[in-house]
Amino acid sequence: MTALSSYLFISALLFAIGLAGALTRRNAILVLIGIELMLNAGNLNFIAFWRFGPHPEALTGIMFAIFSIGVAAAEAAVGLALIIAVYRHYKTTDLDEISSMRG
Amino acid sequence: MTLPFAILVLLTIAGAAAALTLRNLVHCVLALTLGFVGLAELYLQLGAEFVGFAQILVYIGAVAILVVFAILLTRSAGPTSKLAFSPTWVLSSVTTAAVFAILAWAIHSGVVTSNPHPTQPEVTVKQIGDALMSRFALPLEVVGLLLTAALIGAVTIAAQDKREMK
Repeated sequence: MTALSSYLFISALLFAIGLAGALTRRNAILVLIGIELMLNAGNLNFIAFWRFGPHPEALTGIMFAIFSIGVAAAEAAVGLALIIAVYRHYKTTDLDEISSMRG
Repeated sequence: MTLPFAILVLLTIAGAAAALTLRNLVHCVLALTLGFVGLAELYLQLGAEFVGFAQILVYIGAVAILVVFAILLTRSAGPTSKLAFSPTWVLSSVTTAAVFAILAWAIHSGVVTSNPHPTQPEVTVKQIGDALMSRFALPLEVVGLLLTAALIGAVTIAAQDKREMK
């Protein structure tokens, strides 16, 4: 196993953990944490491909990871604001109890 | 695989796994912080110092604190007496296992064309700054705009509605 593929395996494992959390947990905050972990797995892929790619001097992997971190910060702020707004309305953050739009 | 690498991997994966399996939400955030520390150190190992420190600053300094605030504001702290996992967890676990299997298969069978032992690239903060100001100036502006919009949007969404209060 090369160094690149070991990093890709870690990233895939991190993505799977995040996906499992986002799909199985009932608390909205933990679902958001799962999404953050999936974003981080993507960042690790960018950095690993930059490091072991043919042109590391172009800095594209690093730049993409930096912008991705910025977007993730914006996403966390808006997501948590939405959770607080939903909590104010329903008095719960349990996703299975927020079902007024269920068809 | 060297010993420091194995320790970092263990830290990252254990932190992430604990963050999504523990029952107490405050413990979840502490475990998540541990996972982010491991990930930042993996970036440092890969030679991306700037991204590693940005990870510590943004994720541990801002996102983790923001999540703690959200937990305390929504009174979710403390162990929950209710079910922590959704009733469809079996289906979700199967889906996750399938996704991981496909990813692992793709990584395993993929052809690595890159040089297996490349030299450590030298990246200084000056180089990153020069690139941000020249080639990546437009994305930088767009991210700045996005962050401003997200900030205003978050305040607007979370602010108490005055008419609701009356």
